Amino acid sequence: MSAEAIQTRRDWLLSERPASRVQARLGRAYVAWRRFSANRLAFVGLLIIIALLVVAAFADVLAPYSPTFGDLKGSRLLAPSAAHWFGTDDLGRDIYSRIIFGSRWTLYVVILVAIIAAPIGLLVGTVAGYAGGWTDAILMRITDIFLAFPKLILALAFVAALGPGIENAVLAIAITSWPPYARIARAETLTVRNSDYIKAVQLMGASPFRIVLRHIMPLCISSLIIRVTLDMAGIILTAAGLGFLGLGAQPPLPEWGAMIASGRRFVLDQWWVAGAPGFAILIVSLGFNLLGDGLRDALDPRSGDQ
Amino acid sequence: MTAALSVDRLEVVFDRFRALKGVSLEVESGESFGLVGESGSGKSTLLRAIAGLAPAASGTIAVNGKQLGARRDKAFYREVQMVFQDPYGSLHPRQTVDRLLQEPLAIHGFADGEKRIQRALDEVGLGTGFRFRYSHQLSGGQRQRVAIARALILEPSILLLDEPTSALDASVQAEVLNLLEEIRRRRKLTFLMVSHDLAIITHMCERLMVMQNGEAVEHLTAGDLVERRVTKDYTRNLLRASEGFVRTA
Repeated sequence: MSAEAIQTRRDWLLSERPASRVQARLGRAYVAWRRFSANRLAFVGLLIIIALLVVAAFADVLAPYSPTFGDLKGSRLLAPSAAHWFGTDDLGRDIYSRIIFGSRWTLYVVILVAIIAAPIGLLVGTVAGYAGGWTDAILMRITDIFLAFPKLILALAFVAALGPGIENAVLAIAITSWPPYARIARAETLTVRNSDYIKAVQLMGASPFRIVLRHIMPLCISSLIIRVTLDMAGIILTAAGLGFLGLGAQPPLPEWGAMIASGRRFVLDQWWVAGAPGFAILIVSLGFNLLGDGLRDALDPRSGDQ
Repeated sequence: MTAALSVDRLEVVFDRFRALKGVSLEVESGESFGLVGESGSGKSTLLRAIAGLAPAASGTIAVNGKQLGARRDKAFYREVQMVFQDPYGSLHPRQTVDRLLQEPLAIHGFADGEKRIQRALDEVGLGTGFRFRYSHQLSGGQRQRVAIARALILEPSILLLDEPTSALDASVQAEVLNLLEEIRRRRKLTFLMVSHDLAIITHMCERLMVMQNGEAVEHLTAGDLVERRVTKDYTRNLLRASEGFVRTA
């Protein structure tokens, strides 16, 4: 593409008088993207997350060994080398391969928790904020009850009741992580519910359901996306924590938290067994945090003239 | 003939504060009626109570002879629409003009949305170039025009105007007022207009009511105001204040 073509395309996106719905929407997305990509660190975060997605998608191709079968006879607890980049664990499995396959489980947990918890929080928060009165009181007291427990302890209790396993860990984390989203959505709803533009929609005869769904929720979504992205690191750590305590992923699943747990017995002599998955968790958490920070700058309705 | 809008001994109470203390008024069909008074005199509250945005404690409101209940139905919203004071706060920050205008049509199930949006924008003097803009891409006057288009798109017969120009600068104010006047003449609308600016009221309205502390002080015609035929001290003060700052000596 010539420089000229790029220039006209940019003009089209930034046009002050968009000619169609699509152009208006794309132009808006482009402005957000420009603000986001101007932030170097956020861009690094995005690259980390993209790398994670690629690794998870092509795990079969990328991993040199099986993640679950090791050579018990010849390759137990080998130090990192050219053959085993991150060394091997006590069952002779290649840690590099296990980490690559573990990325799938990490993504699985993070995405499922976000898909379950964020909509629940959004719904509870906006309904409570818009309805007010008794509805608000009841919904927010339920939220308070969930918030009163430390996250990991509550998740532990749920997993203990539901039985260990990665699906139950996901459920438990989702159940414990929606209340902050409800709080945010409610706060956001309270700031807009008395604004003239919501009154104007009421004056058109819109039902409360329609107002919440089409006029209030879109305003809450950006701050929610930011919060969820920032929480993803926490979700990974909670999942890893549950795995570490033996209540999350069960062996031989190559989940990073469970890998650290199994490596802690020889953490001083064979540090790479626990160190490698720990490092993976660190990098991915960092990636999500940087991404969330960048999204906050790009999407926050309070900053700039969005 | 029944009045387009009649309010009888309307009371509005917010947490024991009586914002309106038994206000009555009648607006004839096709008439432009003004409400004046200082800040906090209850004129905006009266407008909001009519629109159903403020709860009426007692008294009755009737539109075209039909009495309104505590809940407004969809037919009411097609009859009565409102333009808010602050054009910066009355447009959804995340919606394009197109989406804003589509919403009332979707709610009331109009099929010919495309045509109506086009027509509404033309009517308020905004070309199609503004149709897909977001509100932050518009000036104050343009925003108010969009708000007027939104109020008109359901083709109401009564328009409630809550200081529609007080947030705009003088030249834009005149434009918007002329636009409103023109639309009223063309569509034979009934206006109920709130303002603290007596000049605007005398220009726009045939009759007016002066309010203070949630009560009606007196009913006047625009002619009375021009010729200073006022009976109450409060109105006299208001008139004096509207003449602006007078330099002595």
